[in-house]
Amino acid sequence: MSEAATTAMLTTADGRPLKEALATAQARARRKAFLLVLPLLLFVLLTFLIPIGYMLKRSVEHDGFSASAPELDAWFAANPGFDYANPPEAAYAALVKDLARMQVEKSTGIAGTRINYTVPGSISLFKGGARAAKDLVPPYKEALLAVDAAWGEPRLWRGMESASSKYTTEFYKVASDRKLTDDGWAQGGDKERIYLYLFFKTFLVSGIITVICLLLAFPIAHLLAVLPMSKSSLLMIMVLLPFWTSLLVRTTSWIALLQEQGILNNLLVWMGIISDDSRLPMMYNMTGTIVAMTHVLLPFMVLPLYSVMRVIPPSYARAARSLGATSWTTFRRVYLPQTLPGIAAGSLLVFILAVGYYITPALVGGADGQLISNLISFHMSKSNWSLAAALAAMLLAAILLLYWLYDRLIGIDRLKLG
Amino acid sequence: MALPTYASPLEKVWHYTYLVICGLIFIFLIAPILVVIPLSFNAEPYFTFTEKMLTFDPEGYSLRWYDTLLTLGHPAAETPRDSTWWALAWENSTWIQAAKNSFWVGLWATILATTLGTIAALGLSRPEMPGRRLIMALLISPMIVPIIIIAVGMSFFYAQACIPPDTALGSVAGLFLSNKGCLVNSHLGVIIAHAVLGIPFVIITVTATLSGFDQSLIRAAHSLGANPRVTFFKVVMPLILPGIISGALFAFVTSFDEVVAVLFIAGPEQQTIPRQMFNGIREAISPAILAVATILVIVSVLLLATVELLRRRSERLRGVTPR
Repeated sequence: MSEAATTAMLTTADGRPLKEALATAQARARRKAFLLVLPLLLFVLLTFLIPIGYMLKRSVEHDGFSASAPELDAWFAANPGFDYANPPEAAYAALVKDLARMQVEKSTGIAGTRINYTVPGSISLFKGGARAAKDLVPPYKEALLAVDAAWGEPRLWRGMESASSKYTTEFYKVASDRKLTDDGWAQGGDKERIYLYLFFKTFLVSGIITVICLLLAFPIAHLLAVLPMSKSSLLMIMVLLPFWTSLLVRTTSWIALLQEQGILNNLLVWMGIISDDSRLPMMYNMTGTIVAMTHVLLPFMVLPLYSVMRVIPPSYARAARSLGATSWTTFRRVYLPQTLPGIAAGSLLVFILAVGYYITPALVGGADGQLISNLISFHMSKSNWSLAAALAAMLLAAILLLYWLYDRLIGIDRLKLG
Repeated sequence: MALPTYASPLEKVWHYTYLVICGLIFIFLIAPILVVIPLSFNAEPYFTFTEKMLTFDPEGYSLRWYDTLLTLGHPAAETPRDSTWWALAWENSTWIQAAKNSFWVGLWATILATTLGTIAALGLSRPEMPGRRLIMALLISPMIVPIIIIAVGMSFFYAQACIPPDTALGSVAGLFLSNKGCLVNSHLGVIIAHAVLGIPFVIITVTATLSGFDQSLIRAAHSLGANPRVTFFKVVMPLILPGIISGALFAFVTSFDEVVAVLFIAGPEQQTIPRQMFNGIREAISPAILAVATILVIVSVLLLATVELLRRRSERLRGVTPR
């Protein structure tokens, strides 16, 4: 060893410089580690990332109109910036040709649906137009306007021009409550803010659930952390059992408990707190969603809090007391700050999970207790795929931001289960 | 948690109030799960306790809803219950079919997730792993990304991921795909979706077990002449097995409880228990669902007990004193 240290360059037994040999060995070790992860990475890429990427593509792509109206596509491409309020006869001629073609190819519905996203009422307009198209004679402008005056609306022409390209950001505009008017895109009125309102409501409800979870989880996590092991493991089972029980089972039990003829209402009537005809509506509204979701998500708050509280030395609190602090001051100035990592981890996790919740609101939320996931599902069931995809993409962006925050603050590898 | 001797009277009052509050929160956690058990023995088609049940009148209780689980979909429910009857129930009863589907889908999804996840966790736990944090974040993300987004993405993609059954490849692959040769409406599609959802749990539990794993044991095995395969099966595997099994159980439960992906990508052939329950709650709510719920609660108690035992064993093996 001392001999080797005196030489200018350290070499391995086969005469290679030590540095180089180390670099090769490390590169090999890195490659080996990566090869172990590779199969799973490919699996996740194929079955998870590509489907989500495909969904994002669907949110900016819709060829329902562009594929069935080639004449108009060509005319729009040749005449950019035409007068929307007064399109020339050539435009109407192209439109009538396309309408006749749609009637033959039976693509009126899909083309009308595409325009209907931005100009409500277009489906029936297109159907009527397509039926009449083959009997129309020039001048087409007057002829078509005689079928339905709505064909002359500037916003319809704006909508058709925009839909004549396969790729569009319109679904995001619709999903953020913007409306296509005769003068272009504008912010919708207060009453028309359905999507952004539901996003806001979802975040608000998730925030409320997070706060309730924190308030409920803090005392029991503390109790679990300070009790001797034998007692705390028994109580821990009461936290873990809901965690392991099927979500549908828990939702079912909340229906049994909260519905109008349910156990809680019966109990309250029996105790004489409320009368039989004034039973509390606790189910199929926002209350039901909040109560059931709080129950479902509570273990996700208790577990991170508990793992942080368990390692807080009790001597700190005793030291604070011996220095003259009251129990409230001790809690506020000494104990609480030490639990902050647990509070942050639990709150972020509960919030992230709450924002994307679907099953519980769908089953116990009624009309009032629906969240953004339920709206996405609704649009999927109505075949409004592109709009559903745009809403999902917006939700995904919000979740990824929160996930990034979680990783920065807490670190994703510190996520533990049970 | 004893009160310190210096506690003031006010603090004593607060201490007992605190214990009462904790008790109420524990009741909030556990009561909704326990309440379904007596309700499932209801003799009436109600979702609440009847008067007869409250007075513990035996007439108020019955097993009829458990019976419904066997007879629903049974072609000859009224005939005597001999071996033919049971064979018919096993083949036709709606809930038994759903249970079978759930079991097989869960089993294959678990095998897929656990195998791929354990191998990946071994790589992720090596200190040389490049881009560890980013890859970890990617592999955990199926747990964080809302299930509705995953389901929407998969339903778009699976409808396109088709191999026509009349081609050479399609005739082989068609065994696993739907009639039209697509992933949508096929068992394989549901299995893959559930495997993706189970992967984060396997990664988390196995990397957690590996974090307490002494890497020098591998070098010791190598120095004693063991090849990598022997090292893995004789040295690494026995030590991380508890982590693998609890990861597998988490993956199985995730699949067994999953309904949204099933709703979006499965066809009528892939009726699972959660889907049956979901439809049951939405449409005609009957205490039969409570009977299923009771069975599922018992299953989850058993699973929880298994995982707890495994965790303690793992901590003992790693030399951590059980808490």
